[in-house]
Amino acid sequence: MTPVEFCLITFAISIFAGGLGSLLGLGGGLIVIPALTLLLHVDIRYAIGASIVSVIATSSGAAAAYVRERMTNLRVAMVLEIATTLGALTGAYLAGRVGVRALEILFGLIMGYSAIMMLRRRESRGSVGRAPWADRLRLHGSYFDKALGREVAYRVRGTRVGLALMYIAGITSGLLGIGSGALKVPAMDLAMRLPIKVSTATSNFMIGVTAAAGAGIYFMRGDIVPLIAAPVAVGVSIGAILGSRILGRIKSERLRAAFVAILLLVSAQMLLKGILK
Amino acid sequence: MTKESFLPQAGPHTEKKVRGAELVISAILRTGVVASMGVIAVGAVVTLIRHPAYSTSARELTRLKGAMTACPHSLREIGEGLRQLHGQAFAALGLLLLILTPVTRVGASILIFLALRDRLYVLITSTVFLLLLLSFFLGRG
Repeated sequence: MTPVEFCLITFAISIFAGGLGSLLGLGGGLIVIPALTLLLHVDIRYAIGASIVSVIATSSGAAAAYVRERMTNLRVAMVLEIATTLGALTGAYLAGRVGVRALEILFGLIMGYSAIMMLRRRESRGSVGRAPWADRLRLHGSYFDKALGREVAYRVRGTRVGLALMYIAGITSGLLGIGSGALKVPAMDLAMRLPIKVSTATSNFMIGVTAAAGAGIYFMRGDIVPLIAAPVAVGVSIGAILGSRILGRIKSERLRAAFVAILLLVSAQMLLKGILK
Repeated sequence: MTKESFLPQAGPHTEKKVRGAELVISAILRTGVVASMGVIAVGAVVTLIRHPAYSTSARELTRLKGAMTACPHSLREIGEGLRQLHGQAFAALGLLLLILTPVTRVGASILIFLALRDRLYVLITSTVFLLLLLSFFLGRG
């Protein structure tokens, strides 16, 4: 394999990963990391470094659109980002100290969990009652719901629980080079009672900052290698755009279940790779 | 349930300011991504022009894979590489721009909250900004 061939294959894998990721509502990271390590035998550290940069690209692109449509709760994002960046710094720092095996096992576990989370029925209950932290931080908000055709106001609660969960999401993001949206969205819609659409948009918005905190460490450490990271960043972004274009057309639940099954298989393979080594 | 906006006592004037701020944030994110992709593309073209062997020789890949630890990862190394027209330095610069995009967004948010005279959120956003800057120092150690 020549360097150009290597880059083109990485590029193609990344487009596919980005597309599949956006179809499933996951970031590309969960798919591109196993693809690079299992298919191209790239060291998982470099795969993680490449993935975390691609996460910034896809998150920023999507966040730009959500913010314009006023779906994002910017205050909630800013407050929770303290926890996610702290977590990402912890995670990226730890990543240089734990072994490749531990990374592979943890990755397999988080990937399996995220796959199962995608099957969860998505609904959210409103919140009433006292919420001293959310009141003090003025986190309550409203958004325009296109389906309902009107402005929907909501109250936020569970700010401290949300912060704790976000710290954990930040650690996995920094440690594994993924966006951890599968951990962030439930923290917001289940613990803090934000409407699903606001949770998704706000999670996307925060993912870029969380990833940047981890990426800063990876970059300075020299784990972000242009030969791998450049085709991955561009490829995943292109894939994500293509994926969101066809998202409206395929929405079969069966297809979704099939993808989840594949993800579970890959996660098992990743786990085995870590355990058997 | 009371209807609350981005700001608690948002009049038509602040409402307009907030909308402007949202558009600024959105523009920063989009510009950052497009700019970094452009610089990475330049890096790819420069590399292909300067190293024709990359498309023919498999040995070059083995060499590159062995030299991964030596890729440019400080501002000084990237600057040096850019002067000598190294494609890899351009690609590294593009990746760095991408990492700095959310950092810029947080920096701009500090200014926005300053303009809105929202001290609590100036403090919160500044904390996030400092944590992001800290990441670059932690990675070096």
